[in-house]
Amino acid sequence: MICPGDRNDFIRPSSTRVLEVRALTKRYSWRTVLSRIDLSVDAGECVAILGPNGAGKTTLLRLLVGLVRPTSGSIEWFGRPAGDFGAAVRSQLGVVMHRIMLDPELTVAENLRYYARLYGVPDATERIQALGEELGLTDRLGDRVRSLSRGLQQRVALARALLHRPRVLLLDEPDTGLDRAARICLVELLERFCSSGGTVLMTTHASELAGQLAERAIYLERGRIVWSVCGRDEVDFHLRTQPRLMTV
Amino acid sequence: MSAWSQFIAIVKRDLLLEWRARELVIGMLVMALLTLLIFNFAFDLSGAQRAASGSGALWVAIVFTTLLGLGRAVALERQEGAWEGLLLSPVERPVIFIGKLVSMLFFVSAVELVALAVLAVLFALPVLRPGVLVVVGLGTLGLCTLGTLFAAMTASVRSRDVLLPALVFPLAVPVVIGAVRATTLELNGFTADAAPWKSLLGGFAVLFFALGALTFGSVAEE
Repeated sequence: MICPGDRNDFIRPSSTRVLEVRALTKRYSWRTVLSRIDLSVDAGECVAILGPNGAGKTTLLRLLVGLVRPTSGSIEWFGRPAGDFGAAVRSQLGVVMHRIMLDPELTVAENLRYYARLYGVPDATERIQALGEELGLTDRLGDRVRSLSRGLQQRVALARALLHRPRVLLLDEPDTGLDRAARICLVELLERFCSSGGTVLMTTHASELAGQLAERAIYLERGRIVWSVCGRDEVDFHLRTQPRLMTV
Repeated sequence: MSAWSQFIAIVKRDLLLEWRARELVIGMLVMALLTLLIFNFAFDLSGAQRAASGSGALWVAIVFTTLLGLGRAVALERQEGAWEGLLLSPVERPVIFIGKLVSMLFFVSAVELVALAVLAVLFALPVLRPGVLVVVGLGTLGLCTLGTLFAAMTASVRSRDVLLPALVFPLAVPVVIGAVRATTLELNGFTADAAPWKSLLGGFAVLFFALGALTFGSVAEE
């Protein structure tokens, strides 16, 4: 099913609604970065946000997590307005942005322990160990983050995002710097996350990653949703046949 | 998750990071010592103005050092997005403000201890009087409170290195005047006369502490 670009087509009624965005607009002085974005996401969905550089993908994620305030429009997380982004909302979100959000001078374990305390993870040591095994970081837990390759740093960033067992993962190009094996690991990890009821919103340049994971893909261009497709097969087919995506 | 546990985590992480990297305190210490040394050469310290010159030199060193430390701390936080990681965590904004304030107080106090010892030697002043230490404590609290708030405000601004001092200096004038006067009076043994200046310093610290705790959430966002 191909969803046309009309705003209401992106909002589907559901009792398991996790996120609802209406007429979201962001302007920086004279420049409109995002224009009247409407989007709804249900629990367990994996949504890929695609688009060329400067399309507004990262800005959209930053707005959703509350790092940037919208110029107009509304964001609702779990049925509640997220105007002031309280701690209750933030504790349900796991975020991986382009920057790793880790301290390079601390070890992997120290970084994860720090975030475990901020998020109040009760079984921090076991959780860090489990994530270390899942992401292939067990033998690097004692290494300083700055000594790791970009790909390994990205894995630590993923571990940090998953540490507190969030209900929603928001990922800004999560496959950055990952080699083929790590990408497979990422896909498996996100598939497990979604199948256990978790929700994923990710921006990506890699149509391959979106095709493997996403049940819905949204294409942004110049701050507007140009098209949206629903259903994994349709997403995969659309990504393969869309001329725009051949170059991204 | 308790606010106390989160506060401890923030302070512990800042101290551990500084212990590892040693990027803040060493730079601040060099700035403080150079300032005191230059003032020592620039002023005639033989007359009755020695206490006034010494307290002036001390507070110039503390103000510059604090601003240098705050600017550097913000730059380090922004480097790999650790600041965003903290903002995205479920920590109430006043807890972040107090955590960052306490970390900065640790760093500035460590530098001040050395600076006071150097001041005592270079200017031959009795700086280890309890009254002087109270003034230094109150003035530092005021400066760090104001500085932490504005450092968060300018964290996402490209020209923050210029903007931070430009915003903080004018607002810090009451602290500098009050602290220099109170320190001079304490060094000369006029403790009773220093009381109103100490009240000013205390009031300033309370005002900006309350303002910081209330507005930190808004100012920390982009």
